[in-house]
Amino acid sequence: MSIKAYESDTRPDWCPGCGDFGVLAAVKDALAALNIPPHNVVISSGIGCSSNFPGFIKTYGFHGLHGRPIPVAIGIKDANPNLTVLVTAGDGDEYGIGFNHMIHAARRNDDIKVIVMNNEIYGLTTGQLSPTSRLKQVTKTSPSGSIIYPLNPLAALIGDGATFVARGFSGQPKHLSMLIQEAIKHRGFALVDVLSPCVTWYDIYDEVRKLMYKLEDKGHNPTDFYAAMKAAKEEEKLPLGIFYRDETKPSFQEMLKEQIGDGRWASKSVTPLNSETLRELEYEFS
Amino acid sequence: MAQFESVQTRKSLLTGDEAVAHAVRQSNVDLVAAYPITPQTIIVERIADFAASGAFTGQFVPVESEHSAMSACIGGALAGARAFTATASQGLALMHEMLYAASGLRLPISMAIANRALNSPLNIHNDHTDVMGSIDSGWIQLFAENAEEAYDRVIQSFRIAEAVNLPVAVNLDGFTLTHSTEPVEMLSDEAVRGFVGRPPKRDSLMDEAPKSFGLMSLPDSYQFFKEDQSRATTGSGVTISQVEGEYAKLSGRDHGPLKIFGSGSKVMMVMLGSYAGTARTTARQMKNGGEQVGVISLGWLRPFPERQFLDALEGVETLMIMDRSVSYGAPAGPLASDVMSLLYRYGIKRKVIAVTYGLGGRGFLEEDAMKLFRYAEKSGPSFESFFFYGGE
Ligand SMILES: Cc1ncc(C[n+]2csc(CCOP(=O)(O)OP(=O)(O)O)c2C)c(N)n1
Ligand code: SF4
Ligand SMILES: [Mg+2]
Repeated sequence: MSIKAYESDTRPDWCPGCGDFGVLAAVKDALAALNIPPHNVVISSGIGCSSNFPGFIKTYGFHGLHGRPIPVAIGIKDANPNLTVLVTAGDGDEYGIGFNHMIHAARRNDDIKVIVMNNEIYGLTTGQLSPTSRLKQVTKTSPSGSIIYPLNPLAALIGDGATFVARGFSGQPKHLSMLIQEAIKHRGFALVDVLSPCVTWYDIYDEVRKLMYKLEDKGHNPTDFYAAMKAAKEEEKLPLGIFYRDETKPSFQEMLKEQIGDGRWASKSVTPLNSETLRELEYEFS
Repeated sequence: MAQFESVQTRKSLLTGDEAVAHAVRQSNVDLVAAYPITPQTIIVERIADFAASGAFTGQFVPVESEHSAMSACIGGALAGARAFTATASQGLALMHEMLYAASGLRLPISMAIANRALNSPLNIHNDHTDVMGSIDSGWIQLFAENAEEAYDRVIQSFRIAEAVNLPVAVNLDGFTLTHSTEPVEMLSDEAVRGFVGRPPKRDSLMDEAPKSFGLMSLPDSYQFFKEDQSRATTGSGVTISQVEGEYAKLSGRDHGPLKIFGSGSKVMMVMLGSYAGTARTTARQMKNGGEQVGVISLGWLRPFPERQFLDALEGVETLMIMDRSVSYGAPAGPLASDVMSLLYRYGIKRKVIAVTYGLGGRGFLEEDAMKLFRYAEKSGPSFESFFFYGGE
């Protein structure tokens, strides 16, 4: 599949240099590499600069409410397990106001792939403290420096029982595409935390470039829970790559299928409409 | 930050959001818990600045959602603090269940609502669908026409809430008021501090005798609580007027339950919020040309100022009631429904034209007001309702 198949007519409204451009390129690249036709992909988002994502790619999309894209994605996946269901949203959306949904989706091993554009700030509302903002970080709602410890989403999710946890960088779209492909191929829930700098309100490009290294270059074993936790808690350097992967647990959708059988699903695989099926549908609903 | 320090007793140029932040800074508030949302954001940011510079001495807590913001205010108020938050649109919707908890617990909490449309479709602009969705949550609901009125009403809200043991919301139109710069005559810090004082001592989690709040009430008692709450809200008008009167002595400004222009005119446009100014300017011009048109601008919606509203109907033939929110499937919009049930209750007959307008930031210009006034002057005797598209 060519990347062109996912090109949307709408140009992103992100600031020039925003990290989210790299994420968009990586998602398109990953879908193309895996040969997933656009009409079999649904992207659910919340509210934020990053959550404008579904408008800029030609797949099905739902731009919903702040913090709520995960439960919407679960509804979509449960209604039609044949779809590839992605969530694309920001750190405020996913690690703050809507974090509870992620904990439960991970625990259930719901077969959805959550891509968080983590810029450690609320971009859209112009630069307030986010759950991943650092201690002492000066933002519009922490003018004297933050006195709130940041959330460590990777450690939290690994600890919670998530079966796939990775971190990428928007400045490395090829590597990020690889992580997203692995996430999509994974059996069940996947979190891909992406350091995606906000050049307007909190630019972390230089810092990420300086501190990053790839876990796969250091012989990291992603099936080792304790090694994954250790990497997630690393503070001096910024590891990128797949922190944790557990392929032994079936997904919620797999277990549901086993419990209630196949026939209960309303949907089949979505095929593009041709004139014949269109006529059949017209007949059925006339 | 420091730029605000020198403007306390002078006429200053402030946006509605800034005016609200100053009112909070001056009002001996103990706790502000808030989450940013357009167009309320500047209120929160200014309060954070004031806290950083030492100008605001209460606690400012940047929580992770509006649900948490209202919950923190409830916790703070239970512990005896004077608590404030601000929100808009989806934020108010997310607070919904806690709004009822605040009012049912009879907690004096103040809130500013920077009115904005609700999703879907996504829209960040001004209308009243957010507050109308919460109108039955047991909060006193006040409306400001301009930044100065928002400032005044927020200061008054603390006194009102603490006197009647009910939470108070002050509504100001998103962008139109929150982001437009207007002259605001601020009172001195000392004057405001003296006016609001400290919260009176009440049953709280902080006194010597341990007690528990929020326990279950079974069918034998629940309705008694609700009747009590209903009476308290209906009866709160007396206290609100007293507080407004006292404040007027200090400031020379008495906004009252409603503002009438063109008393006794044949056609009266009934409005909420900032667009009343546009209607009034138009009515003034038309009146100069000999036309019988006027405006009733409501400053209180809950409690509904029944007596004052009825007094304003003398000589009026047609009420054109302007709703910036839809009550889907209902006989009319929420404001029109309120007015019509009031008319019915007192056996008063007036022609009612229920207009839905200004949704999602759609404008309302003087020529729109004129078009509607002219229509009302000529229209027939029975009820009418329609959507009006202005602001082109
Ligand atoms: C219930 C609710 N509260 C607040 C908002 C306002 N709001 C919109 S986006 C946002 C934060 C965005 O930050 P993030 O999710 O990190 O996305 P970014 O813009 O940084 O990509 C906020 C607070 C909202 N839309 N809904
Ligand atoms: S404000 Fe920041 S996050 Fe939003 S588009 Fe601009 S650079 Fe990106
Ligand atoms: Mg962000």
